[in-house]
Amino acid sequence: MRWKIKACALLPLTALVAACGSGAETEQAASGGIEPQIFADSLHAVMASDRAVYTKRVVNRLQNDEGVIKASEHFEDDKALPLPAQMFRFGAEAVAEKTDKFSYQLLSLWPINKQNAPTTDLEKEGLQFIIDNPGENFYGEEELGGTTYFTAVYADPAVAPACVTCHNDHKDTPKSDFKLGDTMGGVVIRVPVS
Amino acid sequence: MAGNRKTLRLWILWAVLSLVALAAAAAVMAYGGPRHLFLIGKTTDAHHQMELACDSCHTSWFGGREAIEEACLNCHTDDLAAMDDSHPAKKFRDPRNAERLELLDATKCLSCHVEHNEDVTQQMSVTLPEDYCSACHQEIAEERPSHEGYGFETCGNAGCHNFHDNRALYEDFLEKHVAEDWLKRYPRMRFADPAITKQLLTNGTVATTSPVSAQGERIIPDAPAGINPDAHVMEEWVQSAHGVAEVNCSGCHQPKGATASSIDSWIEKPGIAQCATCHQNEADRFVKGKHGMRLADDMVVEHDGLWGLFKKELLSPMRPELARLPMKQEAAHIDLTCTTCHSAHAFDIKKAKVEACATCHNDEHTQAYFQSQHYELWKQESNGTAPEGSGVACATCHMPKLETKTSQGIKRWIADHNQSANLHPNEVMGREVCMDCHGMSFTIDALADRDLISKNFKGRPSVHVESLDWVETRMRERGDRP
Repeated sequence: MRWKIKACALLPLTALVAACGSGAETEQAASGGIEPQIFADSLHAVMASDRAVYTKRVVNRLQNDEGVIKASEHFEDDKALPLPAQMFRFGAEAVAEKTDKFSYQLLSLWPINKQNAPTTDLEKEGLQFIIDNPGENFYGEEELGGTTYFTAVYADPAVAPACVTCHNDHKDTPKSDFKLGDTMGGVVIRVPVS
Repeated sequence: MAGNRKTLRLWILWAVLSLVALAAAAAVMAYGGPRHLFLIGKTTDAHHQMELACDSCHTSWFGGREAIEEACLNCHTDDLAAMDDSHPAKKFRDPRNAERLELLDATKCLSCHVEHNEDVTQQMSVTLPEDYCSACHQEIAEERPSHEGYGFETCGNAGCHNFHDNRALYEDFLEKHVAEDWLKRYPRMRFADPAITKQLLTNGTVATTSPVSAQGERIIPDAPAGINPDAHVMEEWVQSAHGVAEVNCSGCHQPKGATASSIDSWIEKPGIAQCATCHQNEADRFVKGKHGMRLADDMVVEHDGLWGLFKKELLSPMRPELARLPMKQEAAHIDLTCTTCHSAHAFDIKKAKVEACATCHNDEHTQAYFQSQHYELWKQESNGTAPEGSGVACATCHMPKLETKTSQGIKRWIADHNQSANLHPNEVMGREVCMDCHGMSFTIDALADRDLISKNFKGRPSVHVESLDWVETRMRERGDRP
């Protein structure tokens, strides 16, 4: 089964809090409560907003505009800011330690870290879909480890010059012609439904 | 009939004896006694000292592997976090790793480290075949052509990668340091940086005053009446860092909050608990390492129980006779506590850094130290002919002074009293200590040369870690290196 719908408007934070505030509410997804898609869209609204804010108002401002401090993959050794992708991953890992009601990752068809390349068929299909269909999200279902997941894939665009310069200039990048606004990868959100 | 009765009696006797044996076995497991009979195999070097404190790992009779996992993390979580673990369990929790976890469940310590399994135990207490990286990194040669043709058993044993701690091996770190000469221009430990030394002095964490009080009078010892220390004890104390800092008798010999003049609360031989009232970080780290782990909390070999038949007993302090490394026979029965190395009252740091170690250790590396250039430098620093931080004592490498965040969140330069911490893998020592004086390539090659380590680094490395060349090749390909 596949759902491919237009990106919904970002929901207010209160909707997300209501949606993921407790495991019991999440369980409603399987019993006719909150639809997995609404749940995933709400989560993504917060993720995308936080990610854009950190990228634009912290990293891009301090590194690119004001030249105060760099962002570095080895931020502790280099006394620098964590990269936006790292901030996102740290959040995903912290969530994974708190709940198994949903999980999320930042993946790409052109990953700098090859561990962030798509591995499942649905991830590959979803990442290609959001590139081929700008402005649309991708939804589907897949079975992993004996559990069925509602899987949503959202475009992750280059929101600031810092995204473009870092990715294009990185020694391990497989693609060096990104432009501002390009879809560089995708946020994959999974909700177990059975 | 008589035959049947005899058979019945034998069966009853067998049943009774079996029950008694089972009860005795259960009592030993639950309370204590000859627990060594229940060791199902030789314990790893990491844990052998505490192998009779069974419940430190087997925390629950019916908890299964989960309970053991929890016990692993109780001790090792902080260190894993500090080393920026390259493969933390949280990395594998997302569902896309389900297939990988079926091959190798990297979220569990016990997938790779199974105790009491001597026949299959390798370096770092790993009990998997050496090529375990293949479970997830099959395509590595496509990503890195330099890896083509190398077996997965070489990932971790050729000086290139570690599963958990890669702080000294990640590519950008190697790139940053690959051009360094074998010896740096001003070889000195980081903590001895003039700016840092000044900071230490300002904080009052090193001796800054003479052994007299601010009023110009000698400190008046506050030991209660009836305690009459020898003159040499008084002299050692007054000249020690404690005397200089005006830490009086009661500071160590009385529990916190006790009246200094009360002889009832006088502690004749203060232990680690007293030291920890001021030196908490040092004490915490001491009980994490091989010197002090037997003094960690809950190292119980016998519990109270069965109407007084069993009495609670903790593990004794470590003694050289219990060690697996070669030790001096005359030191066999020395109990290892804080004052073993620091000595009571004098607290001579210099002695603690070399002499104390050589009192017990008798392996080739220790013996060779006294013919090494490192020791020559240490003698020069000790006699004041070379600057602080230019000498290399045993403790310089094995208990390095590191910038450490205390429990109050304050950063200080503190000697890491877990002397095992930077040895597994030893590249950690390279990053923390060796590279203060030596270049990175020389350091990594030297630490990969077991022979050179035995000779206490007398000579040059005869081993070369090939990945350093690969890093340079990649830099040249990008034009980042001539």
